[in-house]
Amino acid sequence: MEKVYILSSLPQMFDSLLRDTCGLSNFWAVLIECVLVGLLVLAAYATLAIILIFMERKVCAYFQCRIGPMRVGPWGTLQVIADVLKMLIKEIFFVDRSDKLLYCIAPFLVIIASVGTFSFLPWSQGWNVLDFNVGIFLLTAISSIGVIGIFMAGWASNNKYSVVSAMRGAVQLISYEMSLGLCLISAVILTGTMQISGIVEAQTGPWQWLIFQGHIPAILAFLVFCIAGNAEANRGPFDLAEAESELTAGYHTEYSGMGFGFFYLAEYLNLFVVSGIATTVFLGGWAPVNIGIAAFDSVMDYIPGIVWFLGKTFVVVFLLMWIRWTFPRLRIDQILKLEWKYLMPLSLCIIVLMVICVSFGLTFTING
Amino acid sequence: MARLIMFIILAVVILASAVFCVTTKRIMRAATALLFVLFAVAGLYFILDYSFLGAAQISIYAGGITMMYIFAIQLVDKNTLQGMREHWLGKKTILAGAISLVGFATVVLVLLKNAFIQKVVSADALSNEVNMSDIGRTLMSADKYGYVLPFEFISLFLLACIIGGLVILNTKKDGNNNDKEETK
Repeated sequence: MEKVYILSSLPQMFDSLLRDTCGLSNFWAVLIECVLVGLLVLAAYATLAIILIFMERKVCAYFQCRIGPMRVGPWGTLQVIADVLKMLIKEIFFVDRSDKLLYCIAPFLVIIASVGTFSFLPWSQGWNVLDFNVGIFLLTAISSIGVIGIFMAGWASNNKYSVVSAMRGAVQLISYEMSLGLCLISAVILTGTMQISGIVEAQTGPWQWLIFQGHIPAILAFLVFCIAGNAEANRGPFDLAEAESELTAGYHTEYSGMGFGFFYLAEYLNLFVVSGIATTVFLGGWAPVNIGIAAFDSVMDYIPGIVWFLGKTFVVVFLLMWIRWTFPRLRIDQILKLEWKYLMPLSLCIIVLMVICVSFGLTFTING
Repeated sequence: MARLIMFIILAVVILASAVFCVTTKRIMRAATALLFVLFAVAGLYFILDYSFLGAAQISIYAGGITMMYIFAIQLVDKNTLQGMREHWLGKKTILAGAISLVGFATVVLVLLKNAFIQKVVSADALSNEVNMSDIGRTLMSADKYGYVLPFEFISLFLLACIIGGLVILNTKKDGNNNDKEETK
């Protein structure tokens, strides 16, 4: 029954290359693989950050009827790389009478949470970096570390704007984690597994993406997930933690150079991670578009999973950027009201609706 | 081999952070060190292949409880917590020594009885990962080894806590409002 898609055996081939062709022992083979995978993850992280920042600037510009960066490189493509170089060679300085240890640790906690959740994304069949049995649960667990990093950054900056912003950020993140987790649970109910590869595997085949399979509750869950995810990434209409007009730059006001760079990176990659999880859970992850017509499906199956995954994720990223540059910023009480009075009850209703759909067999499936 | 190296790294992190946590004078640093202790303990669970327990450890202790501590620290007056100093007394030394001896004896006893380190190091612990669906079924089943009654009891207890918290918050708000009206 299990279908094998293109390029899915690449990791196994590399593994057998190390073990059989090079004749390495288990320990060294695993060590080399771990180091290589870690480097790949970090490289992908940095590359995607550059792409996303460029994309954000261009999308923002077009939404504001500008043309964005144009001078450095063709069509402004080298602008972000120049910015990265500038940020790397900037001096990092400390604030007087602040807790310097916490000041240094905070950006790392934020980036650890971001890279940790990033490693869960399923790039293609068999290309999961972290694929635990408790996948989704562990993913939400790791993402909750970022809150502590943000709070610590604000506290260690010895600056009232930073502390206010960190308080706001922490409250917002803790609140929106609720509906984020509840939406993921409704997807787990539908697929019957928490393992990320299993969730994607359940969505392969014609019209099997969760938003088709679970129709009404799944579409609602997807929408709630996008809203909550936008808030979780501290973006969009929910960016009051760094509302420039009232809090200068929020919890990273006192950071310079790569200290600020880490927060900046984490913000953009959190956007990507949220879109990636939305894609994985609701839009089929790396699963190609299959409509039940054999000829069309087999052509689609020839496109590698990573292309599908990145394509779908960037569509969701574009949607979230669209929201960001279209809506005005909410106040803190409006944000909390939106979450606790509307989104969380709604996601609880979605869970009940999903359970009813699944237990009465009302899900949409084509056996083919 | 790899397990032993990972175990040693985690043990060093746990011990160093724990010592730092109790010796530092700044309360936020202590909370951060506690966070690292909890992380490293979660790492131990992952070495033992209890991935559900590890995830729960990260989500509840590292993500939840530490955040609650930090909020509690923020709500308490800054001067009461900064640079707090305990005076060293002879009587307390004896008591502390006795308590730590009891703790040490317990740890040694457990270690010797269960051959814990061998289990961590040896590779045969590799396959004892409990399936997530098994955990879910056990949690929700009312059979002989099911946990539905404790589960429901804990949820009731948490609900009572939430309602209690809301009641406390509400009375305070009323009091503030009354004060404001009176001053007006």
